[in-house]
Amino acid sequence: MTDLGWIDAVVGSARPRVMGALLRYFRDLDTAEEAFQEACLRALKTWPQNGPPRDAAAWLILVGRNAAMDDVRRRAKQVALPDEAAISNLDDAESELADRLDGAHYRDDILRLLFICCHPDLPATQQIALALRIVCGLSIKQIARAFLVSEAAMEQRITRAKARIADAGVPFEAPGAPERAERLAAVAAMIYLVFNEGYSAPSKEAKTRAILAEEGIWLARLLLRVFPSEPEVMGLAALMLLQQARASARFDGDGNIVLLEDQDRSRWNPKRIAEGLALIDKAMRHRRPGAYQVQAAIAALHARAERAEDTDWAQIDLLYANLERLQPSPVVTLNRAVAVSKIRGPAAALAMIEPLDDRLSSYFYFHGVKGALLQQLDRRAEARKAFARAISLAHTPAEAAHIRQHLDHLDKERA
Amino acid sequence: MLYAILCYNSEDAIGSWSKDYHDETMARLAVVQDKLDKQGKLGPVARLLPTTAATTLRKGREEMVIDGPFAETKEQLLGFFIIDCASLDAAIETAKDLAKANPGTGSYEIRPVAELHDYHLAEQRKPAA
Repeated sequence: MTDLGWIDAVVGSARPRVMGALLRYFRDLDTAEEAFQEACLRALKTWPQNGPPRDAAAWLILVGRNAAMDDVRRRAKQVALPDEAAISNLDDAESELADRLDGAHYRDDILRLLFICCHPDLPATQQIALALRIVCGLSIKQIARAFLVSEAAMEQRITRAKARIADAGVPFEAPGAPERAERLAAVAAMIYLVFNEGYSAPSKEAKTRAILAEEGIWLARLLLRVFPSEPEVMGLAALMLLQQARASARFDGDGNIVLLEDQDRSRWNPKRIAEGLALIDKAMRHRRPGAYQVQAAIAALHARAERAEDTDWAQIDLLYANLERLQPSPVVTLNRAVAVSKIRGPAAALAMIEPLDDRLSSYFYFHGVKGALLQQLDRRAEARKAFARAISLAHTPAEAAHIRQHLDHLDKERA
Repeated sequence: MLYAILCYNSEDAIGSWSKDYHDETMARLAVVQDKLDKQGKLGPVARLLPTTAATTLRKGREEMVIDGPFAETKEQLLGFFIIDCASLDAAIETAKDLAKANPGTGSYEIRPVAELHDYHLAEQRKPAA
């Protein structure tokens, strides 16, 4: 029944805070999850009749906690459950108490819930799966579908992740400022992983995996609400919003990659862009640059250009220079070279990437970019060699097809 | 009489709407809006970005720029409608129509408008719907 859609939404949005609090009480993921499930069932039973409680999260925390404790007691003494209706009508005094209990903790509760998902012992795929299950509340079926594996395999992956966390011990004490900053950075990286698992999916999987990009954005908004003044969190959210805004323009009807400069910009999502731009503007006022902010600022310059030829490449070059400093990597230099080719020409760009040959020799994009620069310089034989190497390194048919277009173009020029 | 109908709800909950539920709700709200528009009773309508995108300037001897909305509340101002209604009862009826189209949590504050100026934003500056 669609009328109950709002209950799903209220419960879903309260989930991180409620799970975070229940995890603090019970110090065990499975118990917290069972308590949450029980509270949800009771909400579905009583909210349609009684209307929603004023503070849904506080209601779910109290009901979930009571249910789990009843469960323990019942197992011990076989006493009857209290009347649900009594619990469902929390009066204001009780709800205020719940607020006081949880208000002071909820930032650390949510951060802890996110942080245990990025435990360094967990491989990236388990981190992502666990976050989607316990924070986002996706079903095993949904997660399995997004990862293109069987439900049994996904169930096993999540069970294994939980076991590792239980062994490692969850950090339950409230973190000090340095720990909090460390946790924040780890959580931001995990959220970006979730997003990229969807965003960088090849075209034929893009639809099934789109949910992952959306959940990444949902998680970033959650983190931003808990830490509203952290410029890097704003940058992370902005980066994902600005990238995802281009989702429907990134592949053509046949699933071929459409490069940024060839995309139909009228298909970019204006609401996403508006939110992304608002966030990067806010972040930059703090004058505490970080890698997410710089990447978001680059994405913002693309979003602000009405046509590809309006792109402010000089500014993008400067931002990449900044990123090279913050997060040195040959891939960043490679990206910068593309901007350099637009302002100082292909020869300058080529000179910039040639020293990267050793480190990027097995990187698809390196040979693609190199080929394109050589092509612009009319060094066709070398361009052909670079493109051939790129095709041999392509991960998807769409990538290979994209490079093949360049090769065809070279052949046509010769003919 | 002109009324502003200010829409308050938990933006977390709105952000957790499934795409289907979002689309269905928007379609139901569009029906209410269309009816008002056809009767010439609908003025500016705005839907605001999440409060995470908001910045607040606190006035005073020393002005302060703060990240986030003006107040931390359980329900946030998410948007508004300006409507022309004969009476408060009629405005409440309109709010009830909106509530029927978008049930669940939240409130509509019905606030009489003292003055309304329409300064005609350039069309290309308006955000896309």
